[in-house]
Amino acid sequence: MGAKFIKVLLFKDGRVVVRTREEAGFEPLAAAEKAYAAALAQAGVAESDVQNVFATGAGRKNAPRAKDSITEVSAAARGINHLMPNVRTVIDVGAEEGRAVKCSATGKVDDFAINEKCAAGAGSFTEAVARALEVPLEEFGRLSLQSSKAIPMNAQCAVFAESEVVSLVHAKTPKSDIARAVHDAIASRIVSMVRRVGINNDVALIGGVSNNPGFVDALSRGLETNVTVPEHAEFIGALGAALIAGERSN
Amino acid sequence: MKANYGYMDGSGEFFITIDTDSCIACGHHGCVSACPVGMFEIIVDDYDDEVAAIKGDHRKKVKYDCGPCKPVSDRPPLPCVTACTPGAISHSW
Amino acid sequence: MAEKRKEFWRWKEYNWHDESMNPKDADLITAGVDVGSVSSQTVIMADGQLYAYSNMRTGSDSPDSARKAMSWALEGTPLTMGDLAYTVGTGYGRVNVPFANRAITEIACHARGGNMMYGPSVRTILDMGGQDCKAILCDDRGKVTNFLMNDKCAAGTGRGMEVFADLLAVSIEEVGELSLDVEEEPPPVSSTCVVFAKSEATSLLREGWPKSKVLAAYCSAMAHRVYTLLERVGVQKEFAITGGIAKNIGVVKRLEKELGLNSLKSKYDTQIAGALGAALFAKALVEKERKQAAAQ
Ligand code: SF4
Ligand code: SF4
Repeated sequence: MGAKFIKVLLFKDGRVVVRTREEAGFEPLAAAEKAYAAALAQAGVAESDVQNVFATGAGRKNAPRAKDSITEVSAAARGINHLMPNVRTVIDVGAEEGRAVKCSATGKVDDFAINEKCAAGAGSFTEAVARALEVPLEEFGRLSLQSSKAIPMNAQCAVFAESEVVSLVHAKTPKSDIARAVHDAIASRIVSMVRRVGINNDVALIGGVSNNPGFVDALSRGLETNVTVPEHAEFIGALGAALIAGERSN
Repeated sequence: MKANYGYMDGSGEFFITIDTDSCIACGHHGCVSACPVGMFEIIVDDYDDEVAAIKGDHRKKVKYDCGPCKPVSDRPPLPCVTACTPGAISHSW
Repeated sequence: MAEKRKEFWRWKEYNWHDESMNPKDADLITAGVDVGSVSSQTVIMADGQLYAYSNMRTGSDSPDSARKAMSWALEGTPLTMGDLAYTVGTGYGRVNVPFANRAITEIACHARGGNMMYGPSVRTILDMGGQDCKAILCDDRGKVTNFLMNDKCAAGTGRGMEVFADLLAVSIEEVGELSLDVEEEPPPVSSTCVVFAKSEATSLLREGWPKSKVLAAYCSAMAHRVYTLLERVGVQKEFAITGGIAKNIGVVKRLEKELGLNSLKSKYDTQIAGALGAALFAKALVEKERKQAAAQ
């Protein structure tokens, strides 16, 4: 139950059967029902065949159908461990929050840090600037990779940064450099948080922002290590919840 | 005077407080060299007292700049606080 | 005071001088220039009395804004820059006031100006500006004892309010009044972050909330946020509010309620607190110099 998207994943006999996604919009509960129904339909599974449902994410407490919920942090650790057992640090950056989780070889949480509710350290910042520059979000990330120059962003707030972006545009700064400045700014905040939990072994990035190549690049540079994005990175939380639901239904 | 440098945003409150009345009496200003990121400087303030302050370019990101000194678990004593023998420095987080 | 101005705090520029005074008779004329991120003020003081002031928008160039605010304050008076014994620059652009003799922080100037505007009993000054929010405790001489300035985050500043005014297409001057036009106080907007608060407001509007109710929810969120900042310095009586948001009754009323304290009113324009304090500092600095010269 993310702030932007609701994701549903069905897991059966050790593998993922189906993944569905709905925009949360203004009625996240209805969106959740819709995504759930779609998942069942696509998998051809009857509702009564689903043994257990767990929710995670910002709206996990209100999730329809769920019998219980687990935190985003536990879900991330468990989910990533299933796919990439060598990862010990999972970074989860969504629209509204960033998290860094240190996990054990068995997918348990060892330590974590959360950067809550400040758009300057989360995906919403990218969206706001992309909108101000009138560049589609998908392009914004790629644009950033074309930049040849690191320009600093002084504002530490997404709102004040918007005015800074406006003056950069007036000063004829290429959009690609602005895009990189924004990604570098968010990444530097996430990097500082990740360092507080520590890095050992492989590092993975999940959450909505993981499909933004500009951010992945900025984060890898900032952490001075290669950051891997798993396939279906947005669904890692849901996968973790499904795995834990499975363990607890036996 | 209690000088609070830092900020409050959606993620919390992050202030470094310098009690300048204690700081004035300090002859060595150990904080300046103790801080690994060089956040402190000695200034002559508006009342002509020589005191420590957080540099302007760090004030809006103390949470991030202090990150290395504040691991999530097993946080050691903060270098600035330890170095400040008059006990003028405190952190809100 | 005969003020040639209207109540549109952010958009109308204005100047004023005291026709009944003859500054040419004064022994000491000093000036304070406050170059803020949004507006700039100049105050001219004759023997410690307020003589003239101006309030203008800050342009993209600080030295230029300072010069303009100064010449507008002098306009219509018999004074020229040559009559000024000492000028103190303050505010965000204080080091870029080319003709200032010294720069002093806006915190110290606000406390000193507040001391004159509200009298020596004022202990807590809250300044809510366009891009920052300051909480200051001071003693009976206007010396700062505790302060904080939040200029990192748009929440709790004029800028945050502007984002809401824009979203709802309500002029910034009307926000306060409109927010009081509700039958029952709604719960405050839950997100602190202006970006997230804005999406919250968008969904409230979709649910059919009238603008006034959305504004009420935001004004009370803003009041609560400022309250939290004040808590850090510890509010003491008497309490005063300066800066642009002091004119937003929707925030002020709610804040006063949360604090259980009424804010002091002043006969002076609350926007000039910083520049007034700077001019007072200028006066004290000249007097100190004169005393030192006499002692030698
Ligand atoms: S905690 Fe560390 S980084 Fe922060 S001010 Fe103290 S010494 Fe400097
Ligand atoms: S600093 Fe800006 S982005 Fe962060 S919480 Fe405040 S308003 Fe939001």
